[in-house]
Amino acid sequence: MLTSDPWLILLIVVPLMSAPVCVLIRNATAAWVVAMAVSWAVFAVSLKLLFKVLAQGEVIYRIGGWDAPWGIEYKLDILGAFVLIIVATVGAVVMPYAKKSVESEVPKERIYLFYTMLLLCLTGLLGIAVTGDAFNLFVFLEISSLSSYVLISLGRDRRALTAAYRYLIMGTIGATFYIIGVGLMYQMTGSLNIADLSTIMPAVADTRTVLAAMAFLTVGISLKLALFPLHTWLPNAYTFSPSVVTVFLAATATKVSLYILLRIFFTIFGEVDLFSTFPIQPILMSMALAAMFLASLSAIWQENIKRMMAYSSIAQIGYMVLGVALATESGLAGGIIHMFNHALIKGTAFMAIGAIIYSTGAVTLQDLEGIGKRMPLLMAAFIVAGLGLIGVPLTAGFISKWQLVTATLEADMWPLAALILLSSLFAVIYVWRIFEVAYLRQPAIGHKATKPLPLSMLIPTWALALASVYFGTHATFTIDLAHMAARQLMGGL
Amino acid sequence: MIDFQDLLNLVNYWVVIILMMVGFYIVIAQGNLIKKIVGLSIFQVSVFVFYISMGKVTGGTAPILDSKIELYSNPLPHVLILTAIVVGVATTALAMALVVRIHSSYGTIEEDEIQAIEHEEEDVAC
Repeated sequence: MLTSDPWLILLIVVPLMSAPVCVLIRNATAAWVVAMAVSWAVFAVSLKLLFKVLAQGEVIYRIGGWDAPWGIEYKLDILGAFVLIIVATVGAVVMPYAKKSVESEVPKERIYLFYTMLLLCLTGLLGIAVTGDAFNLFVFLEISSLSSYVLISLGRDRRALTAAYRYLIMGTIGATFYIIGVGLMYQMTGSLNIADLSTIMPAVADTRTVLAAMAFLTVGISLKLALFPLHTWLPNAYTFSPSVVTVFLAATATKVSLYILLRIFFTIFGEVDLFSTFPIQPILMSMALAAMFLASLSAIWQENIKRMMAYSSIAQIGYMVLGVALATESGLAGGIIHMFNHALIKGTAFMAIGAIIYSTGAVTLQDLEGIGKRMPLLMAAFIVAGLGLIGVPLTAGFISKWQLVTATLEADMWPLAALILLSSLFAVIYVWRIFEVAYLRQPAIGHKATKPLPLSMLIPTWALALASVYFGTHATFTIDLAHMAARQLMGGL
Repeated sequence: MIDFQDLLNLVNYWVVIILMMVGFYIVIAQGNLIKKIVGLSIFQVSVFVFYISMGKVTGGTAPILDSKIELYSNPLPHVLILTAIVVGVATTALAMALVVRIHSSYGTIEEDEIQAIEHEEEDVAC
């Protein structure tokens, strides 16, 4: 039996406790220093845990020394560690970037509260990845959601308030659906531990209660995931929130929700032949395809680049869900690897947009004319991200799409492969629109002078951009990791 | 034929479903932001009733460690729902705070009026 690893609990407790510390110190710079130190410590511990998981299969911590399934158990397997590293990496990269960006977008007296909320959100997302208890997962889900509602409402535009309100209503319905599902499962199995649930589930899988539970869980998490057509909260929430929040949420929150969906389908219902008894596959696939096409089409017509990238996020979620819906090892691996690659790509894109907002205040295409000549270094990073969204070779996006196309061909669904490639053409169009405006048009005369961009914002943007190129050319490690995670999920390890 | 006794025994669950649908309907159909929060709270309360009902054992008492007590209700769902109640309170408080700020910057809490204002702003921006 594995011994408890205290790092697993420290990973959660430290950011959780540092949030109230930020409230107590009431100073913007000091709060930032705390948030910075914590996020880098979290990153270091996550890396350590990832390698430990790779060495021994899984890492556990029994809270209060109580054995599962009676006590709450934190349990990290390869998929969990992979999601953990996505969240921790984005957290660590976004913090140095946050300082200047937040100073220019959030009122000074609220900055320490901003970092408090950011740390709470980080705690919630990390907690979802490590917990092995279905109800504990709900608590972390709500910690991260409640703090993200607050973060979004801190945007300068008053529409941030209504965006946060709509997200709150939709998010709460989603979370409540999730606890209804957990309650129904508890009625049938008497357990909340995810591993325990998966062993009991086959005995009760035919009951209508369990089917209802599965439906509630799926719809609830799809709301949080912003799966088409439950995505309506996302575009405004991403468009009007402060730049740092957009970067952080776009790169982590939806990925973590996808992780929960994977846990439900392939761990809790892992022993049940869910996909052959229930028409999940056609439902998920049609949602995913609709997201890929309709959201990409909407992205093309946007004038606000932040909203354009938000619609592009919905489309990319479609690719990930498509991989999951294939329910084969390589399909899952495609979905999982795209979680990581998309976090890098969208992180870069939103960081570049945040930097443009910082120095010029512009968010519409019209205001961006000739921006490529005024901010060459920054726009180059944005274009790298754009190429990644299209899936051009040598970028991380290519690896994901390659993996997904291979998976559809392996599953004998070549029309899907064609659709994946076809929908990428839409990405070409919206990325081209930005490219054309930024490089091929002359800056209008009388533009406001640009504020010089601090290195603390340029370096993190380029760090993510280079990472997406690195993982596009040296993909062995991430592909192996995604395959191992997929194999573990499918029960082959 | 529906057994009347069965119907009575399941009365808690009927109440849960009715409350759930009432709450859900209010969230969707009402245009007033405060009334939406009321609906959301009713929706959440239905889940609390659901959890509390499922832990109850007929004739059972509170689970106190005593040799005289033999039949007791399952305390776990009751404890779980304490957590969910706290989350629900936090959600309601946050939603109320947002509505206060929406009211002070838009001057209204009717969804259609807010949407009209937002559309106007977008037209001006374009």
